[in-house]
Parts: sequence; structure tokens; C-alpha cells
Amino acid sequence: MTPCLRPLLFGLVLLPLAAQADRPLAVVAPWEITGLDPSTSGYVFARMRVAETLIDTDAAGQPAPGLASGWQVSDDGLTWRFTLREGVTFHDDSPLTAQAAALSLEHALAKPGILDSAPIVAIEAEDADVVVHLDSPFAPLPALLAHSTTLILAVDAFDDEGRATQMIGTGPYRVASVAPPQRLTVERFDGYWGETPAIGSASYLAVGRGETRALMAESGDADVVFTLDPASRARLARHDRLALHAEPLPRTIVFKLNVEHPFLEDERARQALSLAVDRVGIAAGLLRHPEAAAAELFPASLGPWHLGLAAEEAQDVERARELLTELGWETNGRGMLERDGEPFQLTLRTFSDRPELPLVATALQDQWREIGVALEVAVGNASEIPSGHRDGSLELGLMARNYGLVPDPLGTLLDDFGTDPETMGGDWGAMGWRDADVAAWLDTLRQEADMDARAELAGQVARRLNEAMPVVPVAWYQQTAAVNAELEGFSIDPLERSYRIDELRWGE
Amino acid sequence: MSENQAARSTSRRASRWTSHRTTGLGGLLLQRLFQAGLVAWMVGTLTFVLTRSLPGDMAYRIAAGRYGHDMVNTTAAEAVRAELALDQPALGAYFGWLWDLIQLDLSRSLVSGEPVVAELWHQLGHSLGLAALAVLLSLLLGPPLGLLAGLKPNGMLDRVSEVAASVLRALPPFAVGLILILIFSVTLGWLPAAGHGRSAHGVLPALTLALALAAISSRVARNAMADVSQSAYYAFSRTKGLGERLSFLRHGLRNAAVPVVAYLGVQFVYLIEGVVVVETLFAWPGIGHALVHAIVARDVPMIQGTALVMGLMFVALNTVVDLLCYWLDPRRRSA
Repeated sequence: MTPCLRPLLFGLVLLPLAAQADRPLAVVAPWEITGLDPSTSGYVFARMRVAETLIDTDAAGQPAPGLASGWQVSDDGLTWRFTLREGVTFHDDSPLTAQAAALSLEHALAKPGILDSAPIVAIEAEDADVVVHLDSPFAPLPALLAHSTTLILAVDAFDDEGRATQMIGTGPYRVASVAPPQRLTVERFDGYWGETPAIGSASYLAVGRGETRALMAESGDADVVFTLDPASRARLARHDRLALHAEPLPRTIVFKLNVEHPFLEDERARQALSLAVDRVGIAAGLLRHPEAAAAELFPASLGPWHLGLAAEEAQDVERARELLTELGWETNGRGMLERDGEPFQLTLRTFSDRPELPLVATALQDQWREIGVALEVAVGNASEIPSGHRDGSLELGLMARNYGLVPDPLGTLLDDFGTDPETMGGDWGAMGWRDADVAAWLDTLRQEADMDARAELAGQVARRLNEAMPVVPVAWYQQTAAVNAELEGFSIDPLERSYRIDELRWGE
Repeated sequence: MSENQAARSTSRRASRWTSHRTTGLGGLLLQRLFQAGLVAWMVGTLTFVLTRSLPGDMAYRIAAGRYGHDMVNTTAAEAVRAELALDQPALGAYFGWLWDLIQLDLSRSLVSGEPVVAELWHQLGHSLGLAALAVLLSLLLGPPLGLLAGLKPNGMLDRVSEVAASVLRALPPFAVGLILILIFSVTLGWLPAAGHGRSAHGVLPALTLALALAAISSRVARNAMADVSQSAYYAFSRTKGLGERLSFLRHGLRNAAVPVVAYLGVQFVYLIEGVVVVETLFAWPGIGHALVHAIVARDVPMIQGTALVMGLMFVALNTVVDLLCYWLDPRRRSA
């Protein structure tokens, strides 16, 4: 053998090993990349671990140190001080400074986004700290700073108008190429402050059609495929080269009721409608996930807000009939309910942006007919629920509500229920419902920093909402993923903040 | 109307049209230019009226497109409404768009904030590549098969190809695409199922479009060839002693080509309709895909821009077809 051939052959022997280590990871999901700005597509860059937020979440879904190594709040609750982690550099090798972090947050504050729900007066840089001034105490502020619209980018990432024109983050991966609306490739960033990920490069592809995503998992074109349609899931489960994962998300299918409507103003009427719903049937038959049935608004990933109620026990058709009889409803000749000659008839508005909603609506229509309630289903546009809320014409609205936008659902609950007993309610929350206790509890939660006290209040709010039913849960969404069986370390983040690609590695 | 009748009537239309409309080359181009202007104005106006008359609140739609469904509330929608002046009278917005169009300014996408021209440029390249590959594949598949079938009308090949063409044309492109993915990606593992970036990614979407195009062009070619092979001049070419091959090359091919090429112009309608479905199925970042998303997000400048480019592409491609016919058919030039 000639001397020059030997290293070549040796190299060829090693090639499969090297290829395994460098093997790129292909991620496929339905969500498109709208641009580079955190306000519109920050979630893609957060999930692909390109950019990070001040606050991260721990395994229990609670706020944990991210780019901020710690934080304190002043005694009056009006000044928050976030101390930045040391030794962090952006992908353009500039250091993470309090100025850069404050600038990113100021740009985020100027656009519609999660920070709208906090009473922020000013964001400043002081030494190594980012200081946020509020005009009233707001305890869930750290949770908001875990949201992908508050990503911390380098100063050079923004143009003069405050729009991000480059994606320069601090994550374990840096952008190698980005072609909106569908494709993003990332490569390992060697200057990362945390643990170096095992996988060297990864791609993200937005694929709108569920059938295509499933076929890409099946053919091996994609290693991790998110959001599988029920029919494909059954087929992929039989595949040896794939592992299927599912995790409930804090996005809940709920219907809201107009509590000022004469048929719905009594709590018992709302409870009767809830008792008549076969949640397990809807979850198993329509959503194809029996465990998706939700007897309460908040799933287990939201910690103290979760009550642990069994969905099977939430259905009791006999009890529903009794409650309605107590309210003076009588069955007429056609088996429908009537009171003073008026039929129990309601209209439920929903929309088809989420394809399962019209199906669930027709299931409710069928199940309520059993107890003599006539339901008309109006499938229209998502904006008809907020507009019907505002002009008072809405009777029932079926929708999906994400209570886990940030680790603490309080921000969403403040929007949906509010702290002023006179004007409670929100576009996607209660309508015409007043409850001084819930208002006071939410107000205390806004200010209370003590974790135990917060947990207790959270449980109280969840229990009261579950009794009074201004908003009634039906099912939780499930995040599903088909994963190449050679990949190790895969898990689904129930808060959908990260794809956790930095924790993956190729098996032997 | 069956495929055959449709194809026959087109071939008749093609020959009638080529013999009657004998304007010169300059006239033809001038006429097409005028058509392009008219198409631009009509497409823009129509998309404007249609998007404005769609049900639902535009501001909510745009906010959902920008910030995601979870972030949409009245505050976000009002911010969008104020930023884009959506509460202003529609007529003002329409004339604003028309004035911008005259200055060749397509304005910015309401969702991404990027200039529409820049987004279209990215997408148009992908769509044109896909369409060109599809037409090329369809020309390789369809007409040769049709010509062979037309040489022996009602022969075995003719019957089999007629059935195949009817089936392929009857199946929606979505189903054809899925079947191709199942065969070539999932079962055989030869080609990637979807995505873009490598040239192999373009094969299946292009083939999906090409099969339906070839289904028709093979029938058009078959009918044209059948007409030619039964014509007096074709019989004469054989009588004067030319062999089968030479008769076909000298007297058959060019005469049969005119209706096939003329029909290509009609097929572009299918192609443009097809890319919308096929691009979404194969995650191909083209103009059809962009149009679907723009409509969902009520991104009016983007809808207008995409529809405009599609309309103009249709005019441009038809002009190319006219020029080809002009070159193929000497009768048009001499008159």
C-alpha cells in the first residue's frame, strides 16, 4: 500500500463515525417564519435555541434563571432588578450587556406582545442589571419575560425603527441561513455560555399540511415532526423507525357563556350545560386522545392552578336534567325544554381556523339535544367572538385559549376575568360575569410575591371558576411528535418554548 | 364534454385562429402589452373588492397573521387598525394602491412588513423553476406518447393512454402528489417527500403537475396526429415515395405541433391553479403557497401582488406560445 493511500483508507473507515456525529437534524412543524422580528416569529428562534430570554423555565414549568442569573423586587413591588449572567456573548461576539438587554425589551414593549399586560413605566440598564419600573405591583413579571416576544438580541440586530433585521441571539445555535416563510438552518455556536449541544447542525422546515408532515416522518426526510393528524398518528405508531410522543398543552378548548343572557344567568344553568357534555367521548372520538378530556381549565403543567379533577366524573346527564327542572324548565311534546312558552334555544359561535372547533361544536349540539336544549352552531370568523362580546350579541362562543403563553397563566387570566368587580370580563374570557372574590384574589395574585401564598390563591381561583363556570373547559390540546428512533433525549416542552434540540443526540 | 372532444375542439380552434388572425409580429406584441395593462388593473381591482368584502374583521385577521392566534385580542387588533389606517374609507385605499402601482410600487406586506416585491422575487423564482420543470417533463411524457398513439388511432397504445389520461386528469393534483410521495419516498426511498433546498426536492412536485399536463397534451397530440395522418397531404407524402419516418418528420411533426403548442397556453391555467395545491402539499415556497397564506392573513398588498404576478405571467406565457405558433405556422407570417 502506498503511504499516501493509507491515511485515505483510514479516513474512509472513520467516515461513518464522523458522519453520525455531524449528522444534521431535520425538524418539521406547521408554523411559518413570518420574518426575523421577535414580535412576529420569535417563537421559531426561541424553539430552535437561537435566541434566549432573561427568564427560562424549570422542569416543573416554573420561572428559572435564563440570561438573568437572579432577580429581586423592591418592597413596594414597583421596581424589578434582573442581574445578568456573566460571560455571555452574542453570535456576533459582542458581550451581553445590560444596555443590549434593555434595548431588546424596549423594542418588545413598543410592539403588541406579552408585555402589554404588565404596567411597565420604564426599562433601564444599571451596571449589570436590567431594571424595570412599574406603576403598580405585578408579581408575574418574570413569567412574562420568559415569552418569545421578549428575546434578547444584540444591539446590531435592530434597524433604526426598532425592527429586527438580523437574528443575533445568545443561544447554543446560531442562524446559518434563513429563508422565510419556510426554512431555517442553524449550526452550533461554540461560544455558548452553557453546555455544548451534541448535534452540530439542524434545519427547521414549516410544512402546512399534516399529511405531508406525516409522510416526511415516514420516509425519513424529517427526524422530528410536530403536530400529527389523528389518522396519520395511528399509522406512524406501527413504524419501527419512529417513536411517538404526546404531551397535553395548556391550550384548552373552552366555551364562554353570556352570563347576562336570561337562560344562562343562574349558575345552575351553566353547570347543567357542562354536566351534559361527554368530554371523554369528544376527546376519544373527535380528537383521538381520550386523555385530552378536560374537566378543568388548567392542565397539570400549570402546577398550582391544576386541581386534578377526573373528566369522567364531570358528566352527569341526570343531574343536568334535575338542575334545569329546578330552574323551571319543562319538557314539551317534542322533547325540548320550554319555560313560559319560550324554548331553550341558544346560538354558539365558533370558527374554523382551528379545524377541530366546528366538530366539537356539533358534538355539543348533539349532546345538549339529549337534555332538551336546542343549539344553533354558527361557524364564522374568529373575530366574531370578541366583537360579539363587545356588542353583547354573543350567547355562547367555542374557542381555544392558551393559558400557558408564559409559565404563569395570571397574565391571561387578568385579560379574561380582570380585577375590577364592576367591569370583569375579556374578549376571550368571562362575559357579564361578576365575582368580587375572584377579582380580589386575582388582584392579590398580581402583587403577592410569596410562592406558597400564590399557590393557594391559584387553587382558589381555579376552584371558583370551575363552580361558577363563566367559561367551561371541554378538552386540552395535545402536542404530538414523531421522532426518529435513533435520536436520544427527546422530550416535548408543554409550554412550547423550546424544541430542546440542544438535549438531543444520535444513538449508536 | 369528454377529454377527446375538448382536445379536438381546441385543435380546431387553434387552426381556425391561426388562419384568421394574421396580424404581424409587432401588432401581436402591442396587443399583448395592452392586455397586460388591462389584466394588471382588473386583477388588482378585483382582489381589492373581494378581500374587502370577505366576512370578519380585517384587523383581527392581520393581527393573527402577524402575532399568532394566541396573541390576538382587541388591543392588538386596534393597534393594527391604527397602524394600517384600516378604518379609513376603502375608496381612498384603492386609489392609493392604484397610484402606487402606476409608480411600480407594490408596497409592503401587512404581515411581515417586508416589501412585497422582495417576497415575490423569492417565491417567483421557486414557482417558475417548478413550472418550467413541470412543462418540460410534461412535454417529454405527453406529446411523444400522443404522436405514437395518433399514428395508429384506436390501436392498443391509443386505448391504454386514453384511459391513463382520463384517470390522471380526473384525480386532483393533491391525490396524485400523495400517491407519488407514497411510491417514490415512503416505499422506494428514492426521492425526498417534501421540502426544498436540493434539486431532488423539485422532482416530485414537478412530476405531479407534469402528469396532469401530459394527460391532456398527449390527447391533443394524438388527435392532431390522427388528423394529420389521415390528411391528403400526408397521404401524398407517402405516395410520392417518402418512408414512414421521413413523412412523419417532414410533414407530420410540424403540423401536429401547432395545436399542441397552442393548447399549452390553455394548460397554463391548470398549471397556475395546480401550483397553489402542489406547493402547499410539498412545502415548496412558491407564489401559490404565498397566495394561500396571504388570503388567510388578509394581507391585501401581498394578495394583490401575487395575483398581479400570476396574471402577468399568464399573459407573458401566452405571448411566448403565440410567438412559437407564429414561428411554427408559416401561413401567419406570409399573410
